[in-house]
Amino acid sequence: MTAHLKQDEPDTENFLDTMKQGVLGKPVSRVEGLAKVTGTAPYAAEYPIENAADGVIVTSTIVRGEVVSIDKASALAMPGVLAIIDDERLTTRAAQGTAGEAPQQGPTQVFFWGQPIAVVVAETFEQARDAAKHLKVEYRAEEGAPLDPSDAEPEEQEDETVDQGDLAQAMSRADHAVDLAITTEGHASAAMEPHAAIAQWEGDKLTVHASLQMLNYNIAELADTLGIAEDRVRLVSRYVGGGFGSKLGVSEEVVAAAIAAEQVGRPVRVVMSRQQVFQCVMRRSETTQRLRLAGDGEGKLYGFGHEALVSNLPGEEFAEPVLQSSHFLYGGANRALKLEVARIHRMTAGSVRAPGEAVGMPALEIAMDVLAEKSGIDPVELRLRNIPDRDPEEDLPFSSHKLAECLKQGAERFGWDSGARSPRHTLDGEWWTGTGMASAARVHNVGEARARVTLKPDGTAEIRSDMTDIGTGTYTILAQLVAEMLGIAVDDVLVQLGDTDFPRGPGSGGSWGAASIGSAAYLACRALRRMLAEKAGTDESELVLRDGAVDGGRSLVELLDGEELSEEGHYEPGDIADSHTASGFGAFFAEVRVNRFTGETRVDRMLGAFGFGRVLNEKTARSQCLGGITWSIGAALTEALHFDPNDGHLVNCDLAEYHVPVNRDVGEVEVLMVEERDPVASPIQAKGIGELGMCGGAGAIANAIYNACGARVLSFPMTPDRVLEVMPE
Amino acid sequence: MRPFDLQRPDSLDHAHSLSDGETATLIAGGTNLLDLMKLQVETPERLVAIDRLGMNAIEDTEDGGLRIGALVTNTATANHDRIRADYPVLARAILAGATQQLRNRATTGGNLCQRTRCYYFTNIDQPCNKREPGSGCGAIDGIARLHGVLGTSPQCIATYPGDMAVAMSALDAVVEIEGAADTRRQVPVRDFHCLPGDTPWRDNVLEPGEIITAVILPAPVEGKQIYRKVRERSSYAFALVSVAAVIAMEGDTIARADLAFGGLAHKPWHDPRLAELLVGKVPDAALFDRAADLLLEDAQGYGENDFKIPLARRTLAAVLAEATETTI
Ligand SMILES: Cc1cc2nc3c(=O)[nH]c(=O)nc-3n(C[C@H](O)[C@H](O)[C@H](O)COP(=O)(O)OP(=O)(O)OC[C@H]3O[C@@H](n4cnc5c(N)ncnc54)[C@H](O)[C@@H]3O)c2cc1C
Ligand code: SF4
Repeated sequence: MTAHLKQDEPDTENFLDTMKQGVLGKPVSRVEGLAKVTGTAPYAAEYPIENAADGVIVTSTIVRGEVVSIDKASALAMPGVLAIIDDERLTTRAAQGTAGEAPQQGPTQVFFWGQPIAVVVAETFEQARDAAKHLKVEYRAEEGAPLDPSDAEPEEQEDETVDQGDLAQAMSRADHAVDLAITTEGHASAAMEPHAAIAQWEGDKLTVHASLQMLNYNIAELADTLGIAEDRVRLVSRYVGGGFGSKLGVSEEVVAAAIAAEQVGRPVRVVMSRQQVFQCVMRRSETTQRLRLAGDGEGKLYGFGHEALVSNLPGEEFAEPVLQSSHFLYGGANRALKLEVARIHRMTAGSVRAPGEAVGMPALEIAMDVLAEKSGIDPVELRLRNIPDRDPEEDLPFSSHKLAECLKQGAERFGWDSGARSPRHTLDGEWWTGTGMASAARVHNVGEARARVTLKPDGTAEIRSDMTDIGTGTYTILAQLVAEMLGIAVDDVLVQLGDTDFPRGPGSGGSWGAASIGSAAYLACRALRRMLAEKAGTDESELVLRDGAVDGGRSLVELLDGEELSEEGHYEPGDIADSHTASGFGAFFAEVRVNRFTGETRVDRMLGAFGFGRVLNEKTARSQCLGGITWSIGAALTEALHFDPNDGHLVNCDLAEYHVPVNRDVGEVEVLMVEERDPVASPIQAKGIGELGMCGGAGAIANAIYNACGARVLSFPMTPDRVLEVMPE
Repeated sequence: MRPFDLQRPDSLDHAHSLSDGETATLIAGGTNLLDLMKLQVETPERLVAIDRLGMNAIEDTEDGGLRIGALVTNTATANHDRIRADYPVLARAILAGATQQLRNRATTGGNLCQRTRCYYFTNIDQPCNKREPGSGCGAIDGIARLHGVLGTSPQCIATYPGDMAVAMSALDAVVEIEGAADTRRQVPVRDFHCLPGDTPWRDNVLEPGEIITAVILPAPVEGKQIYRKVRERSSYAFALVSVAAVIAMEGDTIARADLAFGGLAHKPWHDPRLAELLVGKVPDAALFDRAADLLLEDAQGYGENDFKIPLARRTLAAVLAEATETTI
């Protein structure tokens, strides 16, 4: 039996609010926290699998061309080396998120410097690495591959194009017009756990312990890659040390381990080096954006333009969706939006931490700041005036919309001064200080999800799904949700995730996990409640469960009387997604210091106010926001991939030279959660959380830099050199 | 990583007999060497671990200075009472570097000898004259953000990345070196690191088989000590530009101006002309400008690092203004 729901209608019942256990939403600490901090939660490479050999991936040293030959004999003669594998099924890129089919295969064709071309297997990791470094490869290089977006003729992504009214004309008759070019550099996901897999065959059945975000899709990708049926593959990812998009699709080490294990006839572990994770998994594309805003005397937009140029390898469908929230965030009848992709030979571009909004929103929010200044309107007020009633392009209603509340409550809490603003108002020693703000928006997604909930005769419960917890808190919120609905303690719920032998969840990505898998759990629990209600001789809507008993009646153990109840919940997004625009909204406020001599910027204080539906766990939700805001600081000030102009290789490919923020870069951060029940978002009224914290925050910091020192920097990240370049003396 | 033999001598003599400088490499804290071995930038056949050789004390010298053993950790140096009181520029420089965990392992000798962070040097599939003489310099037409603007050569434009030695250069400390057969020599920190010239593979003046035994700080001097490190993030990043300064005033004029710079060259940069210019003058913005002109007279950028020239100018001005309490 399955409890199925395809959501075609809004759910305004808010059924969860009638539950009485009182644990949902509470700041419960991570249920797997102790295992993680004591090192007993095994990550992919750590599974104690006997007799595993080690594989090391070999990468190309040309940009484009062909592998002509590999001198396997000399490498095989090295100590401990078991095999040199260049099987044509090896993948040379990771799959894009939710692809569900094999990514680019065939290691003899080279498309970028650093692309995987083979895997060396040896008795020990060091032996494999040494042999990999020594492997002699002969190439036929094809010169002239475009390496920089400006070298290639861009392709328009037509489904992103909007041409509504006449923007050029609106710009020419605007009271205040803004026309800016803003650039952002590439980003890496930079998850802590490197990509890793151990593959083992038993007969014709393959099991891979891997570090992946979306097993439901990954199993299909891996099976397709290997040319075998899905039911011969099992993937296990119980714990994932961060993914941030880089583990959405099946990546090269998983396939390499599977093929290698088959060929050497024993388990094989393949762990990417930090440099390989940076060089051959996924990058966020750099962007060149043009923002055009036409405002009237009251600051109301009647023209809105956002164009972006991004890049990717030939043949990759993914294009950084820079305009994603620009389509609906602000009004303006005359609209021109366009997204173009340049085909270049750098590593694959794909999903990295809030693809799209993470770089599109900060640029837009700089343009809004410029418009506010030009029109003499407070930046918060300007945004309030431009919140549309309906989606300005699709003419659809919003599912729910908390931007105004976030702006107002955030401004108040932060102590935003809505008086006249002019830059360079406060010099504190060597430091100019100032404030800035920005809106936040991130489209809401949900995915099909299944989970099985079982209520045991002893009154404890178990929930199973192949859903992953990539560090976000999924284990914990599922325990809370089941506990809340069945009226039991959180500790009495066992959450089993990350195994494709369990019902298929949506995976973690695009911040859709909690709402999707939570809905499947919800449906399963409702079915169990109906069974219990029947046993208790009442109606489910009347059934109050608390502390392991029917309120004022029999205990669950008595009610079950030795029986086990089990149900699978199956949630599918329905037509409702097409009849509404659903998004998380929020507002960022930042206070920064800029050194008048060195141009160094430090973020002293940041506040994010977010409306993202029902909060399932106050603590993990807040942690997600803190992480997002930290990413905002990185995007604003430090994070940039640098590519060599001669061969397109990524030069800063480790955590010493790719600068994510460190503790000291993150000043005081406050998170304000504006509770919301979104009836369209999901049957549990929850939306995505994690990425929203990065969707605009860098813009608030950029605007604060301007307010502090008068430097209107138009390129991210705003490193000291870039600030100094435009800082007035 | 290549297989290697590990040897652990328990006396300096024994160490000398093992370390011929050709097939053997010394290892102290290992925080730099092991990273490079994993990348196969360094592929020693033998490692000679010097952790049993003592050399881990900080002692007073007869003339009132300090002798810091080669194996004293960076943490111990930075926390030492006399260093904090008399040589604060050194304590601050060390604390501005790396992370607490790294500083707990990193040693005086290892820190002096740490290798460049040039991206092409650490990637064995790229050309690099320092790593593989004659293969070319990947950085010069590539991404040279970290690279030098002073004393570069067409062969190599790398920087010495460290902080500690920059402070030691301003303090005019001396490196104590022991070669085989009991030959001891002392080399000022200012002369310890080399410029790349035609021998970019050479980081410093150590000869094969030589071991750093200590760094000697001269007796403390009067004056304000400042270490200013400019970087993109506020910790755990190498300097874009750094300035170490020991500056004293006598009445209205500058009486001492010992300056050294990091992030600009293949060595901590010390230009004796700066002290000559500054000493005896009344500090003001124009003077600081002239000092910067002199410092950067021959500076040459390589595109990505052009910004270091104005940044060095501004940072120098900030440091001089702070040290002399001048408003600019
Ligand atoms: C991520 C990261 C960030 C860092 N950030 C900074 C920073 O911001 N600022 C900074 O200054 N440093 C920084 N460091 C570098 C750090 O300071 C050095 O790695 C450390 O000082 C090296 O000391 P060690 O004892 O570990 O040397 P080892 O790694 O043991 O040795 C380094 C070299 O010195 C040689 N050597 C060691 N001892 C002697 C001796 N007694 N005589 C002769 N030769 C010797 C070795 O043969 C080797 O070639 C950073 C390092 C890392 C990994
Ligand atoms: S700058 Fe020096 S270290 Fe860097 S690639 Fe060139 S030669 Fe090598």
